[in-house]
Amino acid sequence: MDKSYIWLIIAALGLGSFGLRFVFIGLIGDRSLPEWVLRHLRYTAVAVLPALIAPLVVWPAANGGETEPARILATLVTFALAYFVKNFLLSVFGGAATLFLGLWLF
Amino acid sequence: MATTTVKSALWQGIRDGAPYLLVLAPFSALFGVLATEAGLSVFETLAFAVLVIAGSAQFTALQLMTEHTSTVIVIISALAVNLRMAMYSASLAPHLGQAPIWKRAIAAYLTVDQSYALSVSKYERDEGMSIDQKIAYFFGVMIPIAPAWYAFTLIGALGGKAVPPELALDFAMPLSFTAMIGPMLRTPAHVVAAFVSASGGLLLAGIPYNLGLLIAALIAILAGAQVELLQKRRLDRDG
Repeated sequence: MDKSYIWLIIAALGLGSFGLRFVFIGLIGDRSLPEWVLRHLRYTAVAVLPALIAPLVVWPAANGGETEPARILATLVTFALAYFVKNFLLSVFGGAATLFLGLWLF
Repeated sequence: MATTTVKSALWQGIRDGAPYLLVLAPFSALFGVLATEAGLSVFETLAFAVLVIAGSAQFTALQLMTEHTSTVIVIISALAVNLRMAMYSASLAPHLGQAPIWKRAIAAYLTVDQSYALSVSKYERDEGMSIDQKIAYFFGVMIPIAPAWYAFTLIGALGGKAVPPELALDFAMPLSFTAMIGPMLRTPAHVVAAFVSASGGLLLAGIPYNLGLLIAALIAILAGAQVELLQKRRLDRDG
């Protein structure tokens, strides 16, 4: 891989990522945002993360993009634990245990 | 009085952030492994993790780089994955906006999924937090996370191919994000937003450059806000 290619990407992503993170917190400051903006912002995390992971769960790159029942099951177990028990580590370990068991069984 | 509460907010942040190490450590180590396998030097790999400090964007960029995608497309796609950071920034602004600019600049650099999710839910639960306590909690969350992110990237880059694929390390990220989403679903509006988001992410996955992710997220945000509005109207009418 070409060095200038690598460094151009690292520099642009470093600057760009900081810019995206700084834009509101740094430039808007404590000026209060209108209620309709806040109402939409409340849902950013739950709106982005599921869309980010759903394809990774259903079409995992580690399995060549083929659906694997073990990964779907593991995600469901993690989700159920996270939703009902609300304990982060328990959820991840429950899911990981399901994944290893599932990969071994199927 | 004020200093002790600021200190306790810092410690609370450290305690809340620390458990994420168990999933972030393998996740960053995996980036180190994959990046060096793709042909990046150890130094380049570490610089990548320190300057970008965003796992999903790093993996997106790396994946495209191994496919010899053009520079511009790599940058746009990875920044698109990171666009949610701008939404996090906007969501944090009402809480952290009163802090001095240098603290806000550091907070901006340290804005990641974990620090954002933990802090916003903490600020919403404890409404009486001062600006200093809020900043202390935010930094506290990242005190264990950021150094571990660098260190395990380095370990992965140096350790290289020693990790067996049976460990299924690639799945550390989806599982940890799933575990983070569960407790966020406090209202029907949050549930609707998450469901629309997951469905949209799958249905629009074919759209190139990760644009499907952005479109799905946008629709999900509108759906959540709309449900909240409908619920509030019904409450006003009945109550």
